[in-house]
Amino acid sequence: MLLDATTLHHYARGAAILGAGGGGSTGVGLLAALQAVEELGPVEVVPVTEVPDDGLIMPVAGLGSPDVTLEKIGNPRMGVWLREMIERETGLRAHAMMPGEIGGGNALMPVVWAAHAGLPLVDADGMGRAFPEMQMISMHLAGIPATPTVLIDERGQGMVFRDMDAHWLERAARAVAVAFGGFVTTADHVVTGAQARTSTVLGSVSRAVRIGEIVSGSRSDRVSSILEHLDGHALVTGKISDVDRRTTDGFVRGSVLIDGVREDKGRLVRVEIQNENLVVLEEGRMLASVPDIITVLDTQTSDVVFTELLRYGQRVTLVALPAPDIWCTPRGLEVVGPRAFGYDFDYEPVGSILAGLPGAPARSAPAEAGR
Amino acid sequence: MSAARNRRADLRIGIDVGGTNTDAVVLDASDRPVAKTKVATTPDINTGIRRALAAVLADPRVGAARVGHVMIGTTHATNALLERRELRRVAALRIGAPASTSVRPIFGWPEDLRRAVSADAAVVAGGLELDGGDSVAFDADAVARFCAEVGDRAEAIAISSVFAPVSPRHEFLALDVVRRELGDIPVSLSHQVGSLGLLERENTTILNAALGRVAVQVVQAIEDALKVHDLGHAVPYFAQNDGTLMSLESTERTPVLTIGSGPANSLRGAAFLTGEANALVADVGGTSTDIGALSLTFPRESAFGVEIGGVATNFRMPDLVSIAIGGGTVVARDGDGAVSVGPRSVGYRLGERALVFGGEVATLSDAAVAAGRARMGHQDVPASAHPLLAEAIGESDRRITDAIDRIKVTRGDLPLIAVGGGSVLIPDGLPGVTEVIRPEHFDVANAIGAAIGTVSGHVDRIVSIGRTEGERARVIEEARKDAVGNAVGAGADPGAVEIVEIDEIPLSYLREPAVRLRVKAAGPLSKV
Repeated sequence: MLLDATTLHHYARGAAILGAGGGGSTGVGLLAALQAVEELGPVEVVPVTEVPDDGLIMPVAGLGSPDVTLEKIGNPRMGVWLREMIERETGLRAHAMMPGEIGGGNALMPVVWAAHAGLPLVDADGMGRAFPEMQMISMHLAGIPATPTVLIDERGQGMVFRDMDAHWLERAARAVAVAFGGFVTTADHVVTGAQARTSTVLGSVSRAVRIGEIVSGSRSDRVSSILEHLDGHALVTGKISDVDRRTTDGFVRGSVLIDGVREDKGRLVRVEIQNENLVVLEEGRMLASVPDIITVLDTQTSDVVFTELLRYGQRVTLVALPAPDIWCTPRGLEVVGPRAFGYDFDYEPVGSILAGLPGAPARSAPAEAGR
Repeated sequence: MSAARNRRADLRIGIDVGGTNTDAVVLDASDRPVAKTKVATTPDINTGIRRALAAVLADPRVGAARVGHVMIGTTHATNALLERRELRRVAALRIGAPASTSVRPIFGWPEDLRRAVSADAAVVAGGLELDGGDSVAFDADAVARFCAEVGDRAEAIAISSVFAPVSPRHEFLALDVVRRELGDIPVSLSHQVGSLGLLERENTTILNAALGRVAVQVVQAIEDALKVHDLGHAVPYFAQNDGTLMSLESTERTPVLTIGSGPANSLRGAAFLTGEANALVADVGGTSTDIGALSLTFPRESAFGVEIGGVATNFRMPDLVSIAIGGGTVVARDGDGAVSVGPRSVGYRLGERALVFGGEVATLSDAAVAAGRARMGHQDVPASAHPLLAEAIGESDRRITDAIDRIKVTRGDLPLIAVGGGSVLIPDGLPGVTEVIRPEHFDVANAIGAAIGTVSGHVDRIVSIGRTEGERARVIEEARKDAVGNAVGAGADPGAVEIVEIDEIPLSYLREPAVRLRVKAAGPLSKV
C-alpha cells in the first residue's frame, strides 16, 4: 500500500477516530504529510511479515505540548536526524519507521519523517490507539527494552537514553521535552522484524485508512457506519454542558459533562480525561473505560472532537470502540487499564457493560474514585 | 476640525451594508433613533451608501452640521475575498526556521486564491519559544535576500513569526529590514491580526495584506461620500467583527477585522435596543437567519477559527448558527407530498413574487401572514395554500428551535431578541426561551449596532502565573490595565471603560504554570 494524497486523507480521518481524543489534532499533520508526499513521492507501507527477521524498525512519535505545536509545527529533517542517531547508537541500518501510536496527529508526523528519511512505514503501531505515556506501548508489554531511545528537537539537538526502563524513560523524556521548548520527537522501543511480529499491534496503518474510507464513503449516517464497522457502541448523544480542564505535571487533565438530548434527554454523562478520554461515568456507574477507545464525535459532521477542542455547547455523540486485543490481558490491563490511571475499579469491555451481563464487577461509586 | 470640539455635533449615523439592503440610522446624544432608512445595496456598494446618507439627511430633524461621527459596517472585504478581486499580491515571510518548516506558507490554499494573492513565500530562521526566549537567532540577511527576490513583484508583505503573540519582537526586526530594503511597501504583522496557531494566524495575515487595496478604496469612498453630503467634519469609524469600532487608520492597517462585522452589529444593536446583557438574538433576513448569543452585551465569540474564502484563519468571529430560513424562503410540496422549506429564497423580489403581494411563489412570509403572525402585502393568502403554509411555519419553528438549542451554552432558558426584516416569522413563544422580545426599530438593529459607538482594547498573551495565588492575581491585574489602556488609546472614554471578557486557558508542559490570558475592555467613544 502507498500513502499518497488520496489515502492520506482517509488515514487522517481514521487516525483521528482511533486517537480516543488524543494524539493531537490531525490538521497540521495532514498538511505536512501532503506536502512531504508531494515533494518526495508516496510513502510505502509494508506489512510486518515482509520485514526481515533482523530488519530494524524505529517506532517514532512526537512528545510534548499541543499548545507548543500550535506554533512549532515541526521540522521534517527531524526524521533524518532520528534515523542517523538510531543507526549510530545501534550500529544497525534502519529498515523502516513505524508510528508509535496510531491516534491523532502522532499518526501523521511519522509519514513526514519516513518520507524525509527515505524509509517505508510498517503497517503496525505500538498502541492501536493513543495513550499519554511512553510505557503504555505494546513493545513494553512484550518485554522489549525501552532504550536505546533517541530524542531530537527541531534544531537537531539530540539526547540518547541508555539502560533505562520505560517508566524512568517517561519521566526523563518529558523533562527533556520541557527543557527543549515543549516539543521533541522520539524513537523508542526499537524492534527487529522478528520482534515486531509478536510485539506490535499489526495492521494499524491500513486499518486507519480503511476506517477513513468507510467514513468518507458513507453520505448519510457516518456515526452508524463507524460503529458498525468497528463493532462500537454509541454511549450518549447530547450537548457539552461543562468542561473542566487543568494542567498538572505536564498533562491536560479534566472532565467533560454531556447533557443528553432527544432520546437521551435527562441523562448526564461524564468523560474523564488525561490527554486522552479515559473513562465514562453515569450516575456513579462506569459505562466505558480504557483501554476501550472512547471518542467524542461532532453529532453533525461526525468529525472527531479532540480533547483540547472540547467546549461548552457542542453537540456531540460519545462512542466507545473495543480495545485492541493486545491490551485485554491481565498484564495489558495492568499497564493501561483503569487502575493504571488511578481509578479504583477494573476494566470491563464496553459491550459487556452495556449488555448488562451477569458476573460484572462491582460498580460501587467509582465516580469518587478518580484522582 | 475635530468633531469632538464641535458643540453642535450631537448626532451619530450608523450604516450597515448588507447583502440585500443598506440600512442607515441617526442617533441623538441620548442614543435615541432620530431617522432611519433602508435602501437596496448596489453592486458598487458606494452608491447604496450615498443613497442611504441622502435619505437620512433629508429628514428635517437631521442637519449635516450636527453629525459628529459616522460608523460603517461593510461587506467590502468579505466580497473581495470571495470574488478574488482587487487583491494585492503578497509576499509571505515566516520567521520560523527550523522549528516550523513542515508546512510552507500558502500550502493547501484554494488554487485560484493562491494565484490571485501569492507573490512568493519563504521561511527564514528566527522565532521564539513559548516562554518568550529566542528559539534561534533572527536571520536579518535572509530577510534582506527575500526582499531582493520579491521586491519587483510583491505589492505587500505579510510577516509572521513563531510565538508572535507572546512577543512580536522578531516581527519588528523583520519590519526594520523590509523598510530598509523596500521602503514604504505595505506590511502586515501577524501579532496585529491573529492569535495563537501559526498557520491560521499566517493565513489571516496574508489575507489582511491582500485586502490592503480594498481597504484604501473603501476608506477613500467613505471620505468622498462624507464630503459630498457636507459631512467632511464628521469622524468616520468602521465596525469590526467583535462588535466594536476602529478608526480609518486601523481599517487600512487591519481590514481583515471588518469581516464578520454584519452579524456583530446586529447582536450589538439587539442588546442596545432591549437593554438585555445576556440573551439570544435571532436576526432574520430574506434568505437566512443568524442566531447568536450576547454575553455582557457583546457577541459571544466562536471558540474556533473560521474558514474565509477556503482558508483556515484564527481570528475570532461571533459564534453563530445560520439556517436557511428567511422571509423570502420558498415553501413547496414535493412529489411525495412532503413539504420542503428552502433553501431557495425569492430574496429581494419578495415584494413581487410572494402570494400576499400577488405573486406565484409560496414563501415563509405568506406562511407568517396565514398564521396571523404578520400583516403584509395587499392580497389574502388563497385558502388552498393554508395547509401547506401551516406545515411550513411548523417546520420553520422546529428549525429555529433546534438552532436556538445549538447556540445555548448553559442549561437555563434565556430571552430571545428577534431583529431583522424577517423577524415576524418568529413566534411569540419557543421552547428553551423565556420570552421573545421584539424591540422598536428591530428592522435596522444592525445599523444601530454600528452607531452605538463602542471601542475596545484587547490583550492576548501567555503569562507565567508562578506557584502562588498572588502572582496570578498580579498578572491578571496587569493584563486588565493594559486592555483598558488599549481601549482608551483607541478612543474610548476613560471614565466608562469596562472589562467585558476575561478568558484564562491553562497551558501544558511548561517549566512553571502558565496561562494564556485574553482580556477585552470596551467603552463608549470619548465625548471629551
